[in-house]
Amino acid sequence: MIIIFALFLLSLLVITALAIVQTKNLFVAVMLTSIFSLLMAANFFILDAADVALTEAAVGAGITTVIFLSALALTTEREKAVQSAQRLTLVVVAVLATLIIYATFDKPRLGDPEAPVHQHLAPWYLEKTPEYMDFPNVVTAVLGSFRGYDTLGEVFVVFAACIGVLFILGVKPPGDRHYDPHASGLRHHLIPQVVGRLLIPFIVLFGLYVQFHGEYGPGGGFQAGALIASGVILYALLEGETAALRAVPRYVLMGLVIGGASLYGAVGLVCILLGGNFLEYSVLSSNPVSGQQLGILLIEAGVGMAVCGALLSIFHAFAARPMRV
Amino acid sequence: MDLTPHLPVLQVVVPLLSSPLLLLLRPRGLAWAGAAAVALLSFAIALNMALAVAAGIQFSYAVGGWEPPYGIALSVDAFSALILLIVTGAGAIAILAGKPSVDREIDAERQPLFYSAWILAMAGLTGIALSADAFNIFVFMEISSLASYVLIAGGPDRRALPAVFKYLIMGTIGATFYLIGVGLVYMMTGTLNLADMEARIGGVTDINPLLVAAGFITIGLALKAAVFPLHVWLPNAYTHAPHMITVFLAACATKVAIYVLLRFDFFVFQANLDRHDVQFSLFLMPLALLGILVASAVAMFEGHIKRLLAMSSVAQIGYIMLGASFITEAGLTASALHMFNHALAKGGLFLAIAGLACHYGDLRLARLAGAARSMPWTAAALVVCGFSLVGIPGTAGFVSKWLLLDAALDEGRFAAVLVGVILVSSLMALAYVWRIVETLYFKPAAQDVATPTGEAPLPLLLAAWLAAIANIGFGLFPQFPLELCSAAAELLLGHTL
Repeated sequence: MIIIFALFLLSLLVITALAIVQTKNLFVAVMLTSIFSLLMAANFFILDAADVALTEAAVGAGITTVIFLSALALTTEREKAVQSAQRLTLVVVAVLATLIIYATFDKPRLGDPEAPVHQHLAPWYLEKTPEYMDFPNVVTAVLGSFRGYDTLGEVFVVFAACIGVLFILGVKPPGDRHYDPHASGLRHHLIPQVVGRLLIPFIVLFGLYVQFHGEYGPGGGFQAGALIASGVILYALLEGETAALRAVPRYVLMGLVIGGASLYGAVGLVCILLGGNFLEYSVLSSNPVSGQQLGILLIEAGVGMAVCGALLSIFHAFAARPMRV
Repeated sequence: MDLTPHLPVLQVVVPLLSSPLLLLLRPRGLAWAGAAAVALLSFAIALNMALAVAAGIQFSYAVGGWEPPYGIALSVDAFSALILLIVTGAGAIAILAGKPSVDREIDAERQPLFYSAWILAMAGLTGIALSADAFNIFVFMEISSLASYVLIAGGPDRRALPAVFKYLIMGTIGATFYLIGVGLVYMMTGTLNLADMEARIGGVTDINPLLVAAGFITIGLALKAAVFPLHVWLPNAYTHAPHMITVFLAACATKVAIYVLLRFDFFVFQANLDRHDVQFSLFLMPLALLGILVASAVAMFEGHIKRLLAMSSVAQIGYIMLGASFITEAGLTASALHMFNHALAKGGLFLAIAGLACHYGDLRLARLAGAARSMPWTAAALVVCGFSLVGIPGTAGFVSKWLLLDAALDEGRFAAVLVGVILVSSLMALAYVWRIVETLYFKPAAQDVATPTGEAPLPLLLAAWLAAIANIGFGLFPQFPLELCSAAAELLLGHTL
């Protein structure tokens, strides 16, 4: 049964991808990428990768789409016709696809317990997580502690994106188009207003749940940050950007970004001061297991703060530009 | 407490964690001071480790206390120490000297963001150089790339935007190719640690995914390294970037990608895939030779001084790849030393050009005519570094080109062709450097260009001269870098069949 469902989802994925390439309307393309991400999330879920599915749904289908739309509001809806070497592109893509398909001929069967990925590191992670951290979600253990340095890097990727957008869009826009911040929002549309207001508290609550329940269920700081950010963005869409900025001002957002990233790094440095290696949480407490738990809790909080602040800063940077009329 | 064992991680973490804090330094000039302090500290750490490595100490560090392959390991050997010196040295000099140039190009209120991105780019590049983990390299590649895109797009030159967009697309394709390759290797070996990969890849029986992986990784990194013909993003990105960013990126960015390419190829694939060394040579040598000749030829006829030198960078990357494609100790030593020397020469050239740019708005050669008369010191520094680029005896560039020639002579039946290409391309380099000299010294100034009122700002002038003196110093006494480079070559070859 699950096979049929997976085949159905994968075919839809291919069709959506082709449609994205085909369409000349950028608005349609953005909507299709959102659908693509949602399908991808469903696929991840079928593969039992609930953490990844949650991230893909929150970031790929949610926030990215909003940011794409904000960018589209600053430009035109239709793609400019270009005389590019389309045939050459097609050949290159076909060759690459053939190569990748060729590579998968010798791939271990899906779910094969004898596959190298299940034989080498995974058993160690599965065995040691209960021993060292004493909580069930191995994904959180890998991301937060065993490979915590990668996650620190990912936080700084988000940070780089955030300062990049602020830096480039921070230039005063050319021309003297005036922007009326009060004109945005859906304040005069009753149904979105009512439904949206009902949803926002639940979105934020769910975000907090994902944040603090990451050790036991799917999720963690990354997904929580994206979820809470999407709650605030929904508020901005309903009430207008100014109202959202009044609720969560820019300096608070920058504080979240700087504070979150620094919190993560500070935990690592404290571990060095207490005699361990960088990010060796075991030294944080006299009991190594609670040290690990404390460390992961703190860095997840840092990730959540940084991601939430960064995504909202990016959104506001786009929304603050005068729209093209 | 003794921080020495923590130096590898501090090398990355000090700049990485400082970058958000730089945003808080809003008052004028404070962000610069903070960034300069961080860059100097990073350089001190790198120098410290390089000296220790030269004395025979190897650093390895298990982040989080988890031993590899379960956790992420950092390692410093001769090769990474050399790259770390280049990256942090270029960053420190460019930030310290760059204030007058940056003040002209970036508004005061955007400067904290600018310096924050700059330090972040440096942190990303050091992170790549230190990492012994294939996925961790990707993460830091993303950090350094994103920050570099931002920096290139940050200047007042709006033509930087299309250039950076091209760079962004091609850089993303390169990173994705690398990731596909790493994914395939992970599928077949179940590990991400490079040393563990090397050990486990030999036991893989179905070899096809690994061959495809080797292809994707090589092409992806070659894109990032701007190996001919995948260099098309480079000339415009370097030309329209803020001048100090050109100094920084031209000195180190592509070299870090070459470093990963060589490290991955020699450490993981060479020892395990049958006839991989032959394929590696067959694939890279013609590209390197073509790159050297074509890019030098284009540079000879280029009218914009920055784009001219950017094309020359593509040719120099050709030399570095050529040395590597011999797969001999002499070739790899020459290759590694050329990375170091090219960073010195190109960094110095772009520093002098940033100085010129403080008085000339338009950097086309025709507009710069006669600049040496009003800016003699700046022009002289430019000439010294230019001679090093050509490989005139007595400069650093000569040493690595000589080693490359020496290595080429051992290449049997191709030797004559290889030596011919190196000599011809050196003459071409002389031609394009001479064009700059002729313009600066012997041509009458253009009618409608205002004569500069003086030399380049003092910090830039000092930095350009520091680079020029280093070019001569390391040309006469190349022992220290040479020692690191031959150790690096030995290390790389230690992993071949």
